[in-house]
Amino acid sequence: MKRSKSSQVIAAILVNAVYEMRNYPVVLVTTILSPLSFLVVIAFVSRGSLIGQAIEGGLIMSMFTSGMALQGDLSHLKNDFKLQDMLVGSPASPQIYVLGMAISEIIYTLPAIAILAVLTRIYIHPDILQTLALIGALSLVFLTSIVIGFMFSTLSSDVVQSFAFSRLLSTLFTTITPVYYPITYIPLPYRYLAYLSPTTYAAEIVQNATGYLSIPRSAVEIDWAVLVGLTIVLFILTAKKARWKEV
Amino acid sequence: MTKHYGATKALESVSFSVPTSGIFALIGRNGAGKTTLVRILATELQPTSGSAWINGIDVINEEKKLRERIAIVPQEARAIAWMTPSQTISSYLLWRGFRLGEAKRRATESLARLGLEKYASKLNRTLSGGTKRKVLAATVLASESDIIFLDEPTTGLDPISRREFWEILRELGRDRFIFLTTHYLEEAEQLADNIGILKDGHLLASGSLASLRERIRYQYSIKLPPKVSPPSGVQGEITTGKNGESQIMTNEDEAFTISRELSENGLRFSISPVSLEDIFFQLVGEVAVDEQ
Repeated sequence: MKRSKSSQVIAAILVNAVYEMRNYPVVLVTTILSPLSFLVVIAFVSRGSLIGQAIEGGLIMSMFTSGMALQGDLSHLKNDFKLQDMLVGSPASPQIYVLGMAISEIIYTLPAIAILAVLTRIYIHPDILQTLALIGALSLVFLTSIVIGFMFSTLSSDVVQSFAFSRLLSTLFTTITPVYYPITYIPLPYRYLAYLSPTTYAAEIVQNATGYLSIPRSAVEIDWAVLVGLTIVLFILTAKKARWKEV
Repeated sequence: MTKHYGATKALESVSFSVPTSGIFALIGRNGAGKTTLVRILATELQPTSGSAWINGIDVINEEKKLRERIAIVPQEARAIAWMTPSQTISSYLLWRGFRLGEAKRRATESLARLGLEKYASKLNRTLSGGTKRKVLAATVLASESDIIFLDEPTTGLDPISRREFWEILRELGRDRFIFLTTHYLEEAEQLADNIGILKDGHLLASGSLASLRERIRYQYSIKLPPKVSPPSGVQGEITTGKNGESQIMTNEDEAFTISRELSENGLRFSISPVSLEDIFFQLVGEVAVDEQ
């Protein structure tokens, strides 16, 4: 029998996005509200001066959170419904399964991204190069969070712990770190701590590209290298550590 | 096949061979190793040592090839709450690589075959426990797999739902091989063509019910109502229950001698070949004594 890979991707999108959205629309509201609420707070507190950075922060948060959501969703489907066990004992491919689930997370984030994209167009007016930098950095943030999410989901057997861990990482990497505001606002000794988060590099790239932060070209190149390198390392680590079949 | 989790021996040198047609039931108490064995055979779990083949396919080294032919409903699997039975089945088939149209067609057919059409568009979370289990059975039935593993599919079901589920298992076993685990002995006796008995990771016996009977000391059971005493000098094992009912386990010749004597005295009794329950307790009991 010839098996369709696109069908396998569609299955994940239907199960984890379309059918779920239809029955739990409140989840959709949450994914829209989280990035926008921070944006509103930052915009008000800064009297509008940080609205550009806050919009970019909202985009980074949306991408990172959607990747992190994969962890909770995969754990939920694996531990509560035994879906992964059913699929391991079938011709489904683990790579396609994760790809489909990752796309389903993006679909969940689409409404938030659409609103933020409109705000970007209104307040930031990015040109083509700036748009490319934005898309590149956001894609890497998403890939990094997806890989982290998948790795933890295969190792965790507790859904509550998974959701809690996912929220913890999202908070640490998207609200405390300089994602909604420039890194220069952080006093110097603490600034180094911010560099432990991949989102800091992404924020520096997009803020620099759109003129909200001015850092040397070499620093931007380091940011790209760290983000790309981290994604590759996490990919390799996940490929080695993540479990489809148990041992 | 052996599987150890650290110091815990989940399976210890389990070895058996069964025809891959009809229904094979693996019975044993909770923690006997049933799920471990099923998960290894369904390519979900790596054994510590050993090998296994299903229809000539190496379970360990040809897992991709085997996965083309198998389907499993794991223990504690549940139909996803926010989906309907129809969506549950068709999405599983999509994951197996079917096209959307074919997946939907098969889902409809499978639900109809198991009499679940009326639930097709209801959310799984609104269905009863028994119907949810039937939906999962319909899910694997809709697939093209010819080897199906069901790990304790009827655990927790009420007696009526369980019997309804048996009909589904018979339906599934008509043209496929069903590898079933259960701790309900009656279920195995009613459904299985072949039975394996597992205890503490050891396979005590495997074969048809008739062949299992041959392996034990006593093949016949005579049951006497309360107040009817067993004849004296019986060769066999006599047990008396709390309700006063006695059971004599004995061999064929002795069983007919005792029945003749009881009949001649006008006493009521029943005689039958030993049930799987009797076999199970004799085999498990013998091993328990050996271990001591």
